[in-house]
Amino acid sequence: MTEKPTRILPAVTPENAHFWQGGAEGELRFLRCRDCSSYVHPPAPVCGHCLGRELAVAAVSGRAQVLTYTVNHQPWLPGFDPPYVIAIVEIEEQPGLRLTTNIVNCAPEALRIGMPVRVLFEQHEDVAIPLFEPVES
Amino acid sequence: MSGSVRDACITGLGQSEVGRRLNRDPLGLTIDACLEAIEDAGLTREDIDGIATYPGGSVPGAAGFSGAGVVDVQDALRLELSWFTGGIELPGQLGSVVNACMAVATGLASHVLCFRTVWESTAQGAGRRAGIGGSYSRVGGPMQWTIPFGAASAATWIAMFAQRHFHEYGTTREQLAQIALNARRNAARNPKAIYRDPLSLEDYLSARIISTPFCLFDCDVPSDGSTALIVSRREAARDLRKPPIQVEAVGTALRGRPSWDQWDDLTTMAARDAGAMLWEHTQLRPSDVDVAELYDGFSFLALAWIEALGFCKQGEGGPFIEGGARIALDGELPLNTQGGQLSGGRMHGYGFLHEACVQLRGEGAERQVPNDPRVAVASAGGGPLAGCLLLSRP
Ligand SMILES: [Zn+2]
Repeated sequence: MTEKPTRILPAVTPENAHFWQGGAEGELRFLRCRDCSSYVHPPAPVCGHCLGRELAVAAVSGRAQVLTYTVNHQPWLPGFDPPYVIAIVEIEEQPGLRLTTNIVNCAPEALRIGMPVRVLFEQHEDVAIPLFEPVES
Repeated sequence: MSGSVRDACITGLGQSEVGRRLNRDPLGLTIDACLEAIEDAGLTREDIDGIATYPGGSVPGAAGFSGAGVVDVQDALRLELSWFTGGIELPGQLGSVVNACMAVATGLASHVLCFRTVWESTAQGAGRRAGIGGSYSRVGGPMQWTIPFGAASAATWIAMFAQRHFHEYGTTREQLAQIALNARRNAARNPKAIYRDPLSLEDYLSARIISTPFCLFDCDVPSDGSTALIVSRREAARDLRKPPIQVEAVGTALRGRPSWDQWDDLTTMAARDAGAMLWEHTQLRPSDVDVAELYDGFSFLALAWIEALGFCKQGEGGPFIEGGARIALDGELPLNTQGGQLSGGRMHGYGFLHEACVQLRGEGAERQVPNDPRVAVASAGGGPLAGCLLLSRP
């Protein structure tokens, strides 16, 4: 994925704007429970951990690790040319806080489960897509 | 009235022609299957007082995903129904059959016509497999978390589960291949199966990669066809044409987070919960099962179902199927005897239940498993969707 692919973008709503637009300011943002400090994702009107109802937007570090991945070779969507890497990453701040994403700036054969990665954003229209790249050691 | 699923049995089976690009009206395929099931049971349309189907009519999704709805069939056959259901938010495709079991067990109906029709092959024409969401300008709901990343097919989502399973347990492509090779061997014995030519391990390992670790042969084949069966209340099934197949237990549980990426254990799926529940409701044990018809929309799903249903320990599915002898027609756990969806065609879950009943009746002809099977399990679904039924021949 050397050039920006054509992405089908998320529909921005009041509930998800913090997530999809936080990247314009360089931040990966989630809802966080004021009572127990758990991050809640996908956005919901209640904390799944303690059932707290007061949730506020909070930024995380953007550091994560690769839980699993696939190197996709099939052209599913016009303008999104394979091969590209799809992964599930776990955000450093909380076990189980996960995103599906693309790993970029990494040769597919260099990928491994457990690899530390960090967020970067790809701006499309009003949406900043959070992607991840390896952390150089 | 005990209200147990054991008050339900399967009394009739029907299936239309199955194929690629049949260019037939999906309602026509549906009616073929439904009339055959009614006839097979020794019933007439006047006896049918319920309908259950998945996913219901006019459901958005891939072209040809929704073949016919409740009212299409009710009207075409002029059925007088006491109860009906059609929907997609269920424990997998076979959740609709579980609904039918509950309807007969609670006395809402006596004979429920259940069906699933697909015509994806014709509807999608000669084009390549389309990604989910390709027609959207913007995507909302659960799909917003995957589609923007090009994760636009279940192939990509399930490939990541397989990859994690490979990582944690050392499962290999050579092991996973056995799901596909076994399906192809069985399909060669099934005249209705779509792919019947021999498939070797070398063919598999050299096939085009779809999404690692999946190659072409790990993915099922979009097809046209309809499968129908009759679920009857046990007392209403005494004098029918064929011996009724008893529903022993069902698994419908969902105990983890219901999405592809938030599921707690990325080597299991909702099948884990449905499988566990199944055994909580019966005295039978996995070792009692004589034939297993387990969903293989992707090869890894069948492996996940083998573990979920306790045929081996979690993580030991690779060694369990290694070499293929154990899951062959004459093995200790014959698997996907009709060729599965991988080689038999995507009858989308219902094909497995149909085949389980065929085997318990001893009607498998060339592909009949030996030694008079008495207990079978059928499952359908992947990711957050999972449902299974344990069946026996009294
Ligand atoms: Zn909380």
